[in-house]
Amino acid sequence: MSGLSNIIKKEVRELLTPATFLPIVLVALIFGALGTSIQGIQENAQAPPMIGVITEDTGSFGNITSTILHTHAKVVYNATLSSDTQTGLTTVQQKNGVALIVIPQNFTARINHGEPGTLEVFWVMKGAGVFDTIPSSILESLISQINTNISRSLIKGNSTKNATFVLTPTQSIQTTYFKGREFVGLSPTVIISTLSQQSLLIPIIMMMIIIMAGSIVITSMALEKENKTLETLLTLPVKRTSIVTGKIVAAALIGLLLAVIYMIGMGYYLNGLNATGGAGLAAYGLVLTSMDFVWIGVSLFVTLIAGLSLCMLLGTFAKNYKSAQTLTFPITMLALIPMFLTIFADFDTLPLGLKIFTFAIPFSHPMMAPRLLLFHDYTLVIAGIVYVGIFAIIMISIVVWVFKTDRLITGSTTKLPWLKKLFVRRRF
Amino acid sequence: MTAVEVQNLVKNFGKFQAVKGISFSINEGEIFGLIGPNGAGKTTTLRIVSTLLTITSGSVTILGHDMTKQAGEIRKLISYLPEDAGAYKNLTGRGYLQFIANFFEPKQHREMLEKGIKITDLGVRIDDRVDTYSKGMMRRLLVGRALMTNPRLAILDEPTSGLDVINAQEIRKLIKNTAQSGTTVLLSSHNMLEVEYLCDRIALISEGKIVEEGKPRALMEKYKARNIEEVFIEVVHE
Repeated sequence: MSGLSNIIKKEVRELLTPATFLPIVLVALIFGALGTSIQGIQENAQAPPMIGVITEDTGSFGNITSTILHTHAKVVYNATLSSDTQTGLTTVQQKNGVALIVIPQNFTARINHGEPGTLEVFWVMKGAGVFDTIPSSILESLISQINTNISRSLIKGNSTKNATFVLTPTQSIQTTYFKGREFVGLSPTVIISTLSQQSLLIPIIMMMIIIMAGSIVITSMALEKENKTLETLLTLPVKRTSIVTGKIVAAALIGLLLAVIYMIGMGYYLNGLNATGGAGLAAYGLVLTSMDFVWIGVSLFVTLIAGLSLCMLLGTFAKNYKSAQTLTFPITMLALIPMFLTIFADFDTLPLGLKIFTFAIPFSHPMMAPRLLLFHDYTLVIAGIVYVGIFAIIMISIVVWVFKTDRLITGSTTKLPWLKKLFVRRRF
Repeated sequence: MTAVEVQNLVKNFGKFQAVKGISFSINEGEIFGLIGPNGAGKTTTLRIVSTLLTITSGSVTILGHDMTKQAGEIRKLISYLPEDAGAYKNLTGRGYLQFIANFFEPKQHREMLEKGIKITDLGVRIDDRVDTYSKGMMRRLLVGRALMTNPRLAILDEPTSGLDVINAQEIRKLIKNTAQSGTTVLLSSHNMLEVEYLCDRIALISEGKIVEEGKPRALMEKYKARNIEEVFIEVVHE
């Protein structure tokens, strides 16, 4: 056997361990399941939008509009009187529709007089994730198609109106209903875009803290073993809970410090984003109060403790600095998954399986909290804090228990032989 | 008073039995040596006595405290020096000793630190970072750490492991002096000469069992041997 192949064989055997592969396999399985669920959400969202149509106008342009809507959308409510608007909205909401469109009586007449025909669009918004914009985007493109077809009709009829009007003969008045609120003049796309910008900060902070502080905790445990300081520490007159808590609190402080430094730059970046666009949602009562920030702070704190306790537990498996690096991977993924989920989808519109999965990840809760608090949904925020608190207590109890077993010294515990088989490195 | 009382101690690691029902006791102020080859169960026994490992069966009592129920109390009375121990590399020697002293009563901190610095005898290097120390310097620092806290029981696993003759001799003198000032010492060693020089009593351990116990001189007379090494070979081959 040559020197090169001998080295390769030794390195491969050293790296080819369950501890290296298990986290990656688990994450791959989670992503696979997530992909399937997200594909389901997308397919549902991309289906023809369900709408209600009130056609008061019987003129030619009203007919063009009505025909396009009936052809390309699934009409769940059809009426001819604007007095039916409230009934129509209720029906659309009940049937999980996207919007109610009213083609007013004077629609054709206005266009014939050279004034833009006005469509009234009443949006029923279900969630505030990026995926939730898909149905409204499809309907917006239908409205654009209506504009194009009427424009084409005007050109065919040799209209003598000015070119600007001929190219945009329609306009729409938009009103959006979301979580019991009415947003006059705003479409769901604008609202979701603004909310996404505003609630991006917390998920990024949370992800950064967890990744940084989690890595510190896992590495700290690995270094205690690698530098042979753990045995001495465990025989000193200090409680196991103090060792565990001390390591978690120190990592949390350093993690917070690093996150603050990181967020100074990110804050400027996000301010730049907000300055460039977005609707002022404060006018609609969508602002976080000082009490809301207290809730977010509590959620962040409890989650940080829970996350670091989980890291500490993983750290007990770390034999050295190298294995610690592998063990930070699942934590990174657990922080990234809820971050992307909260950006792309709204908790309310997730399928039940994904809802349970998202709720079960402790890191999801402070990421979801700002948006929930904006809409005064305190129940889910408080439920999240309670759940994460219980999770933290269980994790800390498990870590303290592990500290009282032989596993830290021997690398295994006789009480969990399957764990030993899973994580003990193969000998070369 | 009995400082250490070990009765029918058994320790299993899964199906492997590392310690097979050993019993011994150490009087206060005594230096007691556990002697045996690699894998005999010495380190496992010392780790159990220092509260690091749990007991499968049997009992261990340290200065009147039961190991399974009062491990926290025992940790206030003992000091353990593992065979391959290290120190925090980002600290200086002084910083490391201060870190350890901070776990004890505040009024003792200054005295402990001064004693630790004196034992280590590292001179100006005490203020250098630990990661710049040689193996001998590191071992001296760790011995200083173990003895500066005035433990009632010092558990020393191969205390002179890896040291040159001069450093090893100084450490042996330190251990002897520590015992004379009232500290009970339980140590393990491969070095039979060291054991003969240091220990008041010894137990020979082989394959998890104590095969002989007594004063070094008495054992040599019993087996008509010139040194403990010959006693050990004689006992193991019996």
